[in-house]
Amino acid sequence: MDTTFKHTSVETSTGPVASEPTTLGTDLEQEVGETVGDAFVDDPRMKARNVDVFYADKQAIHNVSLDIGRNEVLSMIGPSGCGKSTFLRSINRMNDTIDICKVTGSITLDGEDIYDRSMDVVSLRARVGMVFQKPNPFPKSIYDNIAYGPRIHGLVERRAELDEVVETSLRKAGLWEEVKDRLDQPATGLSGGQQQRLCIARTIAISPEVILMDEPCSALDPIATARIEELIAELSENYTIAIVTHSMQQAARVSDRTAYFHLGKLIEVGATDKIFTSPDHKLTEDYITGRFG
Amino acid sequence: MQTPTLLTVLVILVLAGYWIGRQRSIQLAQPAGGIRFLRSLPNYYGLMAVVWAGVPAVLVLLLWGAFDSVLVRGMVMAGLPEQFQQLTAERQGLIFNQIGNIARGADPSADPALLAAAEHYKNLLQISVVARSIVLLSIVFAGIGIAYFYIKPEVRAREHFEAVLRTSLLTCSLIAIFTTLGIVMSVLWESIKFFRIIPPTEFLFGLQWSPQIALRADQQGASGAFGAIPLFAGTLLIAAIALIVAVPIGLMSAIYLAEYAKPKVRNTVKPLLEVLAGIPTVVYGFFAALTAAPFIRDVAHWIGNTFGWEVFANASAQSALAAGAVMGIMIIPFISSLADDVITAVPRSLRDGSLAIGATRSETIRKVIFPAALPGIVGSIILAASRAIGETMIVVMAAGLSAKLTANPLDSVTTVTVQIATLLVGDQEFDSPKTMAAFALGLTLFVVTLGLNFIALKVVNKYREQYD
Repeated sequence: MDTTFKHTSVETSTGPVASEPTTLGTDLEQEVGETVGDAFVDDPRMKARNVDVFYADKQAIHNVSLDIGRNEVLSMIGPSGCGKSTFLRSINRMNDTIDICKVTGSITLDGEDIYDRSMDVVSLRARVGMVFQKPNPFPKSIYDNIAYGPRIHGLVERRAELDEVVETSLRKAGLWEEVKDRLDQPATGLSGGQQQRLCIARTIAISPEVILMDEPCSALDPIATARIEELIAELSENYTIAIVTHSMQQAARVSDRTAYFHLGKLIEVGATDKIFTSPDHKLTEDYITGRFG
Repeated sequence: MQTPTLLTVLVILVLAGYWIGRQRSIQLAQPAGGIRFLRSLPNYYGLMAVVWAGVPAVLVLLLWGAFDSVLVRGMVMAGLPEQFQQLTAERQGLIFNQIGNIARGADPSADPALLAAAEHYKNLLQISVVARSIVLLSIVFAGIGIAYFYIKPEVRAREHFEAVLRTSLLTCSLIAIFTTLGIVMSVLWESIKFFRIIPPTEFLFGLQWSPQIALRADQQGASGAFGAIPLFAGTLLIAAIALIVAVPIGLMSAIYLAEYAKPKVRNTVKPLLEVLAGIPTVVYGFFAALTAAPFIRDVAHWIGNTFGWEVFANASAQSALAAGAVMGIMIIPFISSLADDVITAVPRSLRDGSLAIGATRSETIRKVIFPAALPGIVGSIILAASRAIGETMIVVMAAGLSAKLTANPLDSVTTVTVQIATLLVGDQEFDSPKTMAAFALGLTLFVVTLGLNFIALKVVNKYREQYD
């Protein structure tokens, strides 16, 4: 198993990278040429290889190759516009909803190519769930929010089973005690943190293999954030989690591995401890020490 | 000066007032060190002068217009000899009209008293015009003069102007409200007169509508029955048919436009659909009468003759179905356009949330987007319904005038609005129950549409706050 991955071809002279104003000058273009660190793991749940993402003519992701290990928490950090959210949305094909978006390269889930013609995007998203930046409960009751996924996927047959799924999901999301007496009330009446945990519970309810989280705490206060972080730690026992975050402290607290993105390229990947204590790449070091970003 | 000249002069003066006010403030600011030492920008001092000169002038002009003719008339009539003073009010009105005609040279033959009065009338009118010019010009000059001496760097011209602006905006909205009130009051007044003759219970619950009143005692077929139930039933029947046509088509096209159509298609189809709303209803009317109604009748006759069903075989040439269907086409854009807007307004995050759980597009639409957009959709349907209830032209042309109490869409029916139109068309006595019945119907219609709009607002407001 090779531990470093080298790009064979990297476009540095064309595309948005060259036109992007940066204070780091021309050194950067040579420096970002390759991903350093451990992009690959022994037991990957998902594998991305040579992934490019384009929005119309603009290339948002440049040749990213990365593994997400089984039952690990992978965090993706980097300055705004670095493509970490775009990459996350490629993993469960949420980019399909954007007409002008095009993804090339290969991404596999348990060895199956998710962009293959035979892959049903509906069942893919049932296996790779997603939690968004802003809590987005449906305008329904708390119960119906959780029951939504199991119902559309036909996961349960009797009302009692559904009740059980709802309770289990809410318990796992640490929300059961707070809402058990008002399951029939609108989910939009919950607080922001509760809404976000509800969205996590809604994702858990369809028993995905992977949960993607796109800055799940950026709209929450510190207490609600701490609650979600605890939850991520608990969930990592059973699920594979990839989380995009703006907060380096959060990445350091919750994740096993960390990937640093810069201007659409994957700069460095490695064990979280290593990335935050002795990064190999200068850009990573600059970012985590707060030099820019 | 005649009115157009006077207005032009006044406008020029007021504009000059703006310039004077502005210059005055700049001039006063110079010693202090420039316009930054003024409380407000020079423009606002100019506007203040405009307000002081213009607003009183406009008010006086309006008052003059309102009371001028009344005063002149009173003075002319007071100057007439004794024998005219004892006439009834109506006769005096005729005499005054005659004086006016003589003054304009349209009626040369008249008795000397009237000729003298006409001369008096002409003089008074001239005096009035001259006096008006003098008064208005002095007001404007006074306004500008007061503003000129009042302007000082510490005067808060901006606050002053903002206050005037707020008052004038308030006045504009009050005009709309008072006009509505006026309409309601006049309709209410006539309706009360109607209900003194025909009891409200008979009007609201009577099953027979035949508004012809016998002019002579022996006249046939003029019973004068004012039971409005057949009209309400006809209105409901046609509106219901229209909604049955418009709601599914409108909603489906809205969903297609908002969720499935590519931007290019949407930008072409949406304006095209909205063209339907721009077609004059009379055009829909003859389409319904000349194309839709005969077609529906022929199809109904064919079905009736083939299967031996009497209801179909007896289908009339003018039918509720024809009018309702064409009206349905007419109100499609109301539903599709508004529903498209509310569906598009559902936050993207809800769509993403549902898709990310693995819902298909149609599941997302049915289970998440549609419920979230429901208040707006209900609002659009109620709006379309009140439009359908108020529609007249199509029904006149395609559904007939006979007030039958029937639920058969192939029969001819009539609606409240159609009856209002027919009751008031032609030579009518204005105090007969037949004419006043139109006002009672109008009042009922107003109450119903007001109620519908009220419900629509309630529904929309009740659910709106939940989704933000």
